[in-house]
Amino acid sequence: MFPLENRVTVVCGHYGTGKTNLSINLALDCARHGEDVTLVDLDVVNPYFRSADYAEVLTANGVEVVGPNFANTNLDTPSLPGAVRGVISGGSRVIVDVGGDDAGATALGVYSNTLRDVDPDVIYVINRYRSMTTHAEEAVEILGEIERTSRLKATCIANNSHLKQGTTETTILESVGFADDVSSITGLPLRFTTVPRPLDVNLLNKIPNIYPVDVHVRAPWE
Amino acid sequence: MGEKVLMKGNEAIAEAAIAAGCRHFFGYPITPQTEVAAYMSKRMPKIDGVYLQAESEVASINMVLGAGAAGVRVMTSTSSPGVSLMAEGISYLAGSDVPCLIVNVQRGGPGLGGIQPSQADYHQATKSTAHGDFHILVFAPSTVQETVDMISTAFDLGDKYRMPAMVLSDGMLGQMMEPVVLPEPREPDNDSKDWAACGHGGKRKHNVVNSLYINPQDLEDLVVARYKRYEEIKENHQMAEEYLTDDAEIIIVAYGSSSRVSRSAIDAARKQGIKVGMIRPITLWPFPEKFIEKHIDHTKVFLSVEMSMGQMVDDVRLVVNGKVPVEFYGRTGGIIPTPKEVLEQIVKLNGGVQ
Repeated sequence: MFPLENRVTVVCGHYGTGKTNLSINLALDCARHGEDVTLVDLDVVNPYFRSADYAEVLTANGVEVVGPNFANTNLDTPSLPGAVRGVISGGSRVIVDVGGDDAGATALGVYSNTLRDVDPDVIYVINRYRSMTTHAEEAVEILGEIERTSRLKATCIANNSHLKQGTTETTILESVGFADDVSSITGLPLRFTTVPRPLDVNLLNKIPNIYPVDVHVRAPWE
Repeated sequence: MGEKVLMKGNEAIAEAAIAAGCRHFFGYPITPQTEVAAYMSKRMPKIDGVYLQAESEVASINMVLGAGAAGVRVMTSTSSPGVSLMAEGISYLAGSDVPCLIVNVQRGGPGLGGIQPSQADYHQATKSTAHGDFHILVFAPSTVQETVDMISTAFDLGDKYRMPAMVLSDGMLGQMMEPVVLPEPREPDNDSKDWAACGHGGKRKHNVVNSLYINPQDLEDLVVARYKRYEEIKENHQMAEEYLTDDAEIIIVAYGSSSRVSRSAIDAARKQGIKVGMIRPITLWPFPEKFIEKHIDHTKVFLSVEMSMGQMVDDVRLVVNGKVPVEFYGRTGGIIPTPKEVLEQIVKLNGGVQ
């Protein structure tokens, strides 16, 4: 499936739910479909493992990357480049990778007016195995904090439940109920469940709306 | 045992400390360690604990000294420049026989250096943490799970020997996310330290926790007694993991993140038929001399792989004592060596491409 509906997609969620890996996959898929696509890395809170770190694979595959100035350097708090607003208001496909929690969503709030004008798809990413959000109520609480800080409303849920290198078919199957709970409490549709390749082949008929992903975000020794 | 959850190394440090009964945290934010403090600031108020962001690392470590002297399980966490600021307080803790946990999520140095991962504080942690004759226990985890397990060991051994313990992590281990199973939580134990200055209630002689000695002979006696304790620790608490060392002709010595890189390189080298293994120190002080000693006879060469200009290699050389060559490979300044680079070193030591 190709899960994106609007021209501009915002990917937000709790720290460590896998927003960056999902954003990279979405952007690469758009490029594969022949679209002009820009990945905006708005993460100014995380020093490591950010979209801008993967600029090489992204640009090699035709994705334009707009990251904070000095991302992946020794600067503690990178600044956001002026280009972001223009990219959001422009004509081509945009994926916005937001930093974790309400702290990360603060940077998103800066662009809330610009974003509201372009009717963005705001995907709230959840991971049933991520500490502090293993219960649906906790995941819902963090969504509320993100929405207040960013001054944007989520439009759908993406179930990105995984245990990194320990992810199995069972890991994903056992996360579906959790994702359904988050969906029913918030009233937001569950747009898709990500499955790292090659596990997607066996899960195809067991889970609705599977979005197969590749794992790009890895430790240097993996 | 609980369920597997995904945790960032820094969060795992905090949660593991809470599970080990720690209810007192004093610290000051610094990248790449800040998540420890951030996590503690959210959790401690919910469990009747103390989270206090001090005005500096100097203040933090002295608060640790105060709380530790009162007999509670206490910790601080920081990154490299912060440890330098804490040096004086750490010496006071050691000189007062007060246990505590200090976490150093190392970043590039010297000076302000950078925020990317490093292992350039090895000498500082194991040899020259601060002034005076003393040691602290130093533990070096290599996975998030091991970090979790090690926190409680560090607290317990620190209490047992009445000395500060340090967990020497690095930015990569602190920032990366891995699945972990958290241990069963233990209740805080604030009453078992009969030396603590926590109020005698008129029932016993008052305790004094102090590092100032007017009479030099008293001080010498105390330091000598402390060094006897250090010998006991060296004898009983050296920890290391051995990986494919049985038939190894080349043995890599690496800890923390550089051991993860080395392991990948070793697996690749083994596929080429190269007999290479690894000794991964888990305690850096006491340095796991015994683990290295027993391999000197069948090993042609040791290779210390570090994220520094070469610090632990000195300890490997001291143990090997010139019997076989001890080589070094490292990157510094926030750069992590790649498995490919380490593999190249292994191939070179094996006599080049066959």
